[in-house]
Amino acid sequence: MTTNKEITPQDILLKADALRPQLGSGFRDEIVQSMYAEAQRITDRAVQQDKKQKWDLDQRIDRLVTSPIFGLPIMLFILAAIFWLTIVGANVPSQLLATGLFWIEEQAANLFTSIGIPWWITGFLWHGVYRGLAWVISVMLPPMAIFFPIFTILEDLGYLPRVAFNLDWLFKKAGAHGKQALSMAMGFGCNAAGVISTRVIDSPRERLIAILTNNFVPCNGRFPTLIMLATVFVAASFPPAFASFVAAGSVLVVVLIGVFFTMLMSWILSRTVLKGEASAFTLELPPYRRPSIGRILYTSLIDRTIFVLWRAILTAAPAGALIWILGNILVQDVSLANHIASFLNPFGLLLGLDGVILLAYIIAIPANEIVVPTMMMVYMGVGMMTDPPSYNQLYTLLVDGYGWTMLTAVNLMLFSLLHNPCATTILTIYKETKSMRWAVLSVVITLGTAFLVTFLVASLVRLAGWV
Amino acid sequence: MTIHNTSGCEGCPMTAQLEQMGLKLDKFDRIVALAGNPNTGKSTLFNTLTGLNQHTGNWPGKTVTRAEGGYVFQNVRYKLIDLPGTYSLLSASQDEEVARNFILFGQPDCTVVVTDATALERNLNLVLQVLEITEKVVVAVNLMDEAKRKGIQVDTRSLARDLGVPAIPIIARNGEGVQTLLSTIASVISGEIATKPLRVKGSAQFQSAVNSLSEEIKKLFPGVPNARWLAIRLLDGDVRVKEAIQSGEINDLVNSQRRSDVQFSSRMAVEGRQ
Repeated sequence: MTTNKEITPQDILLKADALRPQLGSGFRDEIVQSMYAEAQRITDRAVQQDKKQKWDLDQRIDRLVTSPIFGLPIMLFILAAIFWLTIVGANVPSQLLATGLFWIEEQAANLFTSIGIPWWITGFLWHGVYRGLAWVISVMLPPMAIFFPIFTILEDLGYLPRVAFNLDWLFKKAGAHGKQALSMAMGFGCNAAGVISTRVIDSPRERLIAILTNNFVPCNGRFPTLIMLATVFVAASFPPAFASFVAAGSVLVVVLIGVFFTMLMSWILSRTVLKGEASAFTLELPPYRRPSIGRILYTSLIDRTIFVLWRAILTAAPAGALIWILGNILVQDVSLANHIASFLNPFGLLLGLDGVILLAYIIAIPANEIVVPTMMMVYMGVGMMTDPPSYNQLYTLLVDGYGWTMLTAVNLMLFSLLHNPCATTILTIYKETKSMRWAVLSVVITLGTAFLVTFLVASLVRLAGWV
Repeated sequence: MTIHNTSGCEGCPMTAQLEQMGLKLDKFDRIVALAGNPNTGKSTLFNTLTGLNQHTGNWPGKTVTRAEGGYVFQNVRYKLIDLPGTYSLLSASQDEEVARNFILFGQPDCTVVVTDATALERNLNLVLQVLEITEKVVVAVNLMDEAKRKGIQVDTRSLARDLGVPAIPIIARNGEGVQTLLSTIASVISGEIATKPLRVKGSAQFQSAVNSLSEEIKKLFPGVPNARWLAIRLLDGDVRVKEAIQSGEINDLVNSQRRSDVQFSSRMAVEGRQ
């Protein structure tokens, strides 16, 4: 069969093929079965189960939270409760932070002026770079410091696999893998992390679907945007007593729209470029475990909050500087920012947005969680607003000053939900798929959906004459 | 054997002999891999030993890449590798392949299989598969507290006798039994504790087929650590192993696993967020 001097890989494969039939067709099953039998035998000897003790509390809870009737409503309720807590809890600290940080800007700028530092240095540093940071911190820090710990508790408790269990049938209908629910849930934390977590999906086809659609759930960076818009605009038209509930409800609706588009796009993909059937899998429901407080605080505050905030700060500082420059270079007595914004304006209006919003999105491409701060800075750079902005003043400014309507707010939320992944996520998709094609496709799909949906909503609303 | 009389020295703090080294990985004497089913507390044990903050979470499949950290025990420097959780070493998903390649070709000095005391039977399937590959194995029976709450008693002595490798009860979350685990790992590596792993015998025909095939494999790839396992996989018709042999990838894997993995996963450990 082989010469002993020179063995080639082919020889070994041939030999294996020759030996296999001698073993009989059942030998594979025999090996596996003898292993299973061995495992059982060893367990029987080593493990004693105390029958008297009842420990079916886990099972009872599971029967409830994964029941066909109550499973989904319970899930939605938990999600809504988290949003509500975040909104109610973040409101006051956000205002305080904003007031404090913008007061510092004012004082520092005055100080700089009084000791004779040229206006453009003061402007660039304090009204540009510093203001960008102040915005990002006051808008993003409080919601994250509340949202992340709660989310981490759920993760440590073992609720995520139950979510996957509840959503399995939906994913199956969409031709996707049930474990996509897990990567989707991770996407709520961070889309780049969500993309990496798709590795638990065996089938390459279903993994690609999970990667391409992960961005349709808003990551923690985008939640503050949604929460602020929901609080300032959507809830503002309701009596104050209901405001926080309405805000939480509308964030929930936006999230559900995101899940809807995840399903829709998975369905479309699994019937076009990524054709195939959903594969079966077993999902283990781990026992509930008491979360350890120290770990939760570490994971949620150091690993998540500080990490996301730091990333936002790194992009907000240059963005603030850029906006200040654009706002202060005058061409024919009008600032550059204004020129660009009015150039983009017709297109923006078509989508129910405006030119400033689009400009903010372009500036914020590296990390789109800073879109709202960027937008505020552009507005403030274009007009002159010196007061520290409170939520009420924001509302007045945007509605009266820049012609915002409910449509603008809603479409901005939709756009923020659906538009392209941030630079980090795109890079992660490229690394995970090792293909430029899929990375580009992920941008095309999301951006295309965002344009299409906002355009349709704007047109519908205008046709119906609501705006 | 209950958890209380195993930690050897109840009163003394764990830090007496264990020094957490975090990411200081430039010099190490021994490599230890952490394998196990998903969600058995590998990452928790990893954090306890290294002092790192590898993300933990109560859901299967949370660790999809590997993390590395270091610890010093009785003046020996160990590099610890937290592998993704797997139910078996036979399937093809990416996370399982990460674990399988490392146990096979990374040649850890010792592989610790972390098992869930409340679901031992299912966990043992992986243990048995790992025993097929290497004999330097310690079984850590984790979640002993959870088992106790559920009225489950695990006789780790009986387990060790049957498996032919040490089985140590631990509670990774609060560090109980970890001291014993560490000294057992040290003894297995030094050969002080001789292991005699339980292996599937199969028919005489099966044995001779495996033997003759693994001889050939050893000739073609001198230094390959697990010729027996590769032979079984080939007989089983494992496509991935077939490809690896055909393309000579086995050699590359053996040579490069350690080096490239150090670079790759210390980066992942720094980023730490999965």
